[in-house]
Amino acid sequence: MTELRQRMAREPDAPTEDKVMCVQIKCFHEIITIGYNVYHSYDLPWFRTLSWYFLLCVNYFFYGETVTDYFFTLVQREEPLRILSKYHRFISFTLYLTGFCMFVLSLVKKHYRLQFYMFGWTHVTLLIVVTQSHLVIHNLFEGMIWFIVPISCVICNDIMAYMFGFFFGRTPLIKLSPKKTWEGFIGGCFATVVFGLLLSYVMSGYRCFVCPVEYNNDTNSFTVDCEPSDLFRLQEYNIPGVIQSVIGWKTVRMYPFQIHSIALSTFASLIGPFGGFFASGFKRAFKIKDFANTIPGHGGIMDRFDCQYLMATFVNVYIASFIRGPNPSKLVQQFLTLRPDQQLHIFNMLKSHLTDKGMLTAATEDE
Amino acid sequence: MWELRHRGGCPGPGGAVAPPPREREAAGGDHETESTSDKETDIDDRYGDLDSRTDSDIPEIPPSSDRTPEILKKALSGLSSRWKNWWIRGILTLTMISLFFLIIYMGSFMLMLLVLGIQVKCFHEIITIGYRVYRSYDLPWFRTLSWYFLLCVNYFFYGETVADYFATFVQREEQLQFLIRYHRFISFALYLAGFCMFVLSLVKKHYRLQFYMFAWTHVTLLITVTQSHLVIQNLFEGMIWFLVPISSVICNDITAYLFGFFFGRTPLIKLSPKKTWEGFIGGFFSTVIFGFIAAYVLSKYQYFVCPVEYRSDVNSFVTECEPSELFQLQSYSLPPFLKALLRRETISLYPFQIHSIALSTFASLIGPFGGFFASGFKRAFKIKDFANTIPGHGGIMDRFDCQYLMATFVHVYITSFIRGPNPSKVLQQLLVLQPEQQLNIYKTLKTHLIEKGILQPTLKV
Repeated sequence: MTELRQRMAREPDAPTEDKVMCVQIKCFHEIITIGYNVYHSYDLPWFRTLSWYFLLCVNYFFYGETVTDYFFTLVQREEPLRILSKYHRFISFTLYLTGFCMFVLSLVKKHYRLQFYMFGWTHVTLLIVVTQSHLVIHNLFEGMIWFIVPISCVICNDIMAYMFGFFFGRTPLIKLSPKKTWEGFIGGCFATVVFGLLLSYVMSGYRCFVCPVEYNNDTNSFTVDCEPSDLFRLQEYNIPGVIQSVIGWKTVRMYPFQIHSIALSTFASLIGPFGGFFASGFKRAFKIKDFANTIPGHGGIMDRFDCQYLMATFVNVYIASFIRGPNPSKLVQQFLTLRPDQQLHIFNMLKSHLTDKGMLTAATEDE
Repeated sequence: MWELRHRGGCPGPGGAVAPPPREREAAGGDHETESTSDKETDIDDRYGDLDSRTDSDIPEIPPSSDRTPEILKKALSGLSSRWKNWWIRGILTLTMISLFFLIIYMGSFMLMLLVLGIQVKCFHEIITIGYRVYRSYDLPWFRTLSWYFLLCVNYFFYGETVADYFATFVQREEQLQFLIRYHRFISFALYLAGFCMFVLSLVKKHYRLQFYMFAWTHVTLLITVTQSHLVIQNLFEGMIWFLVPISSVICNDITAYLFGFFFGRTPLIKLSPKKTWEGFIGGFFSTVIFGFIAAYVLSKYQYFVCPVEYRSDVNSFVTECEPSELFQLQSYSLPPFLKALLRRETISLYPFQIHSIALSTFASLIGPFGGFFASGFKRAFKIKDFANTIPGHGGIMDRFDCQYLMATFVHVYITSFIRGPNPSKVLQQLLVLQPEQQLNIYKTLKTHLIEKGILQPTLKV
């Protein structure tokens, strides 16, 4: 395991993952600290230890799943890793159970309610913070562009909405955040979509952003080298009549990814702010001005990342639904672990499906 | 706000909760001054105190109405109240167990419905406790939102798990294909709609309360809905994986109670003063033996042992198969001390019985922690029972608290030690790939199967 960490530390992508981990840990710490302050429960027996323990467990579980998926060949070679990965769920569950039993044993007569509150608080925080950060890492493995474009769109929307609001703002948007205005919201939406289009155009040209991150067994490092997929190859699109007269071009050359980027930036400008309102409501509910004081002038890390909250999940769901299907090599691996009769059954079903679709004929069968 | 506090805590059989005198004064004052921001400070400070003061300040919820049927009351009228309670509990236990057997007989589909019904009732019970604790029954939108989130999460899980098993059925219908392909996106969009509604429903004076109820709903969903779906997945693996764990937990409950009743002396944990070490250890041994025997009896029948499949031709669930090696008798040589004891060289066992020892050990050692968790929860929120659905026993949650961890354990156990990935899911994912990818995989699989001798190479004519 140490060897793996050393290898990962040498590689270009490891710093990004480490940064994501650090942000996640800091966010967790900020929200938990608010919980302690709200409930005056800083000195509750065991509780600080248990919160960090649960954070460790959930991270172990998620990292294990990610490592197993992406580092499959490496994991198969190293004996201890293979066992850890085969029984991964069982080990994670056992670790979690230990924490659960420790919690039950630590219940103290006068503080039951407080302890249950902190238990609930920890779990909800883990749900928010840790799952988001692991979805971010999944997006990263898909290609750095899937990580950079959404995050920049949210940041751009933040800044643009603020500027538009500053110069043109008049109608308040929502009672929850009195400083937000409709002018800022709409202006930010348009500016973000345009920004997203431009940014994707620039980034789609470079392999290091566009290729999925892979672990190369021979060189024992991460590589971003591939034949760019159809999404990242320039194509001609016919411009609809309306815009033709405005711009004076008949067709335009774009990357298909830019169309997807419109969806991403629209989400960032329309729904992303709800994450911000949620955080504002939370701050008002618990009477705090900022989550913490880490960044001078801005507040805590959570203050900067509150709008990103929903974005990571959206990008992950978007990729899984519209971009790529399941991973073919992973499917083959799963297939090989099935029983022979199950394998035969699936093989026959696949065969009839392909025959129906006309992909398989007697001629190709004999190859 | 005055109305909210006045009416809070009254719905259902909970009985009225008398607000402490301090709050009544505040109520009178607030009624006069409507628009100052001080009001918000007062209310939130009150919640602040509610959060941080110790449990002893919180008013007890008075015992609720008695729901025992009239017939039982008449039959037991002669006995003292302790024995009456014992008899009511006993009769209800037998009734529940008989109902359970009946539903098992009726088949897997009825069992699935039963699990779903229990899940919804548990969710309802825990949410109602939340309303009572926070006196938030009349919070705008909140009841609708809780049920909406329950629906969303169920839709997501049912789509992920059950759809796999109905693969053949789903192939035929176009609309279902669409729903399956974009399932995650649709579920996420539904959840987001609920999230945005929550944000828009935040009302100035009730922020903290609304966030509490939001978190309460999510934690409840995490507990009840995920467990119930794991139970259903275990069920599809084979009814024996559903029956043996659940009966082990019930057996442990009953035998620990009996051992504690007759031999109990040393208290086990301060949280539940009625539990004793004698009950715990006695229950442990009886449950392991019970699990061993139940596994032996059930392993013989295909009905319990075979994975549940949906056959499209018959349009129903069938459990027919060649039983796997787990459920075929094998000879094990006994270790020497058992040899001397039983005077036999070998013993014929189902391999599943060895697994049942693991399952019943978990049920007796860790299962009770689920019970202690629920006891702690009830003490924290000063309730005697989760609800009054079952006379003599309390609510559905009271019966299912020990099952809480069992379902997850069985699921993790099955995926780690018994079977690999789910074949229908692998097929499902294969069919979603691009045609060229499918063709490539087809060729790879074909070579693999021919190598292994599973598939005979086609003869060229």
